[in-house]
Amino acid sequence: MPATTDLPEQLDWLRSMYEIRYFEEEVQRLFSDGQVRGSTHLCQGQEAVAVGACRGLEPDDTMTCTYRGHGAVLAKGAPLDRTFGEIMGKAEGLCGGKGGSMHLTDASVGALGSFAIVGAHLPIANGVALAERHLKTGRVSLCFFGDGSTNIGAFHEALNLAQIWRLPVIFVCENNQYGEYSPIASTTPMTVLADRADAYAMAKDRIDGNDVGVVHASVRAAADRARAGDGPTLIEAITYRHKGHSRTDPATYRPAGELEEWLERDPIALHRAALAEAGVAEEDLDAVRQVAEDTVVAALERARSWDEPALATRLQDVLA
Amino acid sequence: MSETTYREAINRGLGDAMAADERVLLLGEDIAAAGGPFKVTNGLLERFGPERVLDTPISEQAIVGAAIGAAIRGLRPMAELMFADFAGVCFDGIANELAKYRYMTGGQVEVPVVIRLANGAGGGFAAQHSQTCENWFLNVPGLKIVAPATPADAYGLLRSAFDDPDPVLYFEHKHLYNHKGALAKAPAAVPIGRADVVAAGTDVTIVANQMMRLRAEEALGELERAGVSAELIDPRTIAPLDLETVGESVAKTNRLLVVQESPADGSWGASLISRLVQDHFELLDAPPRLLACEATPAPYAANLEAAWMPGVADIVAAATDVVAF
Repeated sequence: MPATTDLPEQLDWLRSMYEIRYFEEEVQRLFSDGQVRGSTHLCQGQEAVAVGACRGLEPDDTMTCTYRGHGAVLAKGAPLDRTFGEIMGKAEGLCGGKGGSMHLTDASVGALGSFAIVGAHLPIANGVALAERHLKTGRVSLCFFGDGSTNIGAFHEALNLAQIWRLPVIFVCENNQYGEYSPIASTTPMTVLADRADAYAMAKDRIDGNDVGVVHASVRAAADRARAGDGPTLIEAITYRHKGHSRTDPATYRPAGELEEWLERDPIALHRAALAEAGVAEEDLDAVRQVAEDTVVAALERARSWDEPALATRLQDVLA
Repeated sequence: MSETTYREAINRGLGDAMAADERVLLLGEDIAAAGGPFKVTNGLLERFGPERVLDTPISEQAIVGAAIGAAIRGLRPMAELMFADFAGVCFDGIANELAKYRYMTGGQVEVPVVIRLANGAGGGFAAQHSQTCENWFLNVPGLKIVAPATPADAYGLLRSAFDDPDPVLYFEHKHLYNHKGALAKAPAAVPIGRADVVAAGTDVTIVANQMMRLRAEEALGELERAGVSAELIDPRTIAPLDLETVGESVAKTNRLLVVQESPADGSWGASLISRLVQDHFELLDAPPRLLACEATPAPYAANLEAAWMPGVADIVAAATDVVAF
């Protein structure tokens, strides 16, 4: 547990991780009930990466992420009800029901976009960083992506440009062990993805992505470097996707026992144990959990009550 | 008013846009120190400095992405992609991110990016450096597409592109860089989406852009000598097409010929004719005609390339046919 953060802050990380967990479980139910269209990509098991990284930033720093981005967008501060609303295709959803699960965006909190083309947003994160530097805002641009993204061209173009221009950008690779249905070892000839940074003479860090404090410290250090003008960092956060790739994937390709091993290292349980070790009473931890669960349930109820978008809105926002 | 080349007009448009708005910055391969592969950005690095004129690696995806990200944070970036054909490398960035970003966020972001691309054949650059690529993007809502032919339009549309809140693909024709035309001392912006009636006529409406517009202008004299009065319209903007101006012209001439430097299928000329027939069938006294390139990649040898694309004689013949129908 890093000494730079105090206990209330760490309890808030726990609250945020619980909220994301309950949120995803509700989305899973909504999907089964036919209330989520298309596909949805859940992040249970990866909450510590989203929360640790977003809390390692300053509030006005920005973040871009992938279609598995519910957790990241919530961690950055998007309201639970409007996030549910977007996934349910409601008028009051974050994007007015035009984006859905894969394009959650809340620019007002610096969640600048969720992208459903693998790797496509890494170059965009660079552009955000370029603007922040050009406008001397002192802000940094953080970009989440999966292990599978490290095999797509845009990843390499983006890292190369970021380092050449020493942009204030942080690349956070959530290595959840699988690119869609394929284990990373079957698609990638190296086991340490952080070493991709070496090809671009970029700073790197390989961390336990299930330890929220570790993620927080790594991102904080990368943000400090970026703000100081020392350029980008590639962080590989080792974690695990508890569920399949998308809601139609039962993930039967996983070897027996693998999920169980990772459940032993559940990021929420780990952080809870660390807080208990630090002296927080179990009933206080339970209270945090209960508040999170109640908050999620109430947010979902609000979202359910909202109307679907007015038909005329479909023609808006194509152009200014 | 003085004679200026198309290249100089674009260069001046870039410089004036940068002087007028300090949010404008330029990104591209060899655009800074080298002044651009076609020397279109010559002198801009010296004038505006390396923070606003940035050389990039040969990384079109990174260039387009950087422009998108910078735009959503308040800058007005221009990305130069050199040969328009290279848009294939970053098609995703243009078609999936740039064009859809505003829509899929419900209007939370504005993406005022200008992408400059050097279009077209006529110089023997062969298949991968000669295509007019604006048609690739016609089926992607969320983009504006301009393709000027004259120095005044090149300047004026560029200024409008930088002032536009939406993404604008700016196709300049590389075979026209040395083409000269009038440019005012203080040139006006040319509105996006407005066609130009280049020459008035009564017998047939010819719609043509970029190099085909210049060839059509040449054809006008010959048609006149043969007793055909053609009205020539340069659409200037490909998306959105100015159907109103073309419709008004066809209401007068009752005949339509579209000339384009690209194959027919999936092109702006095909769209224009489809819309015209749908909306104004009653105006037409003859089947509309699309004079297009043959449906092959651009060939290299001079005679093959010349035969592949519409020439002045082809335009005269097609217009004569349409009038004689």
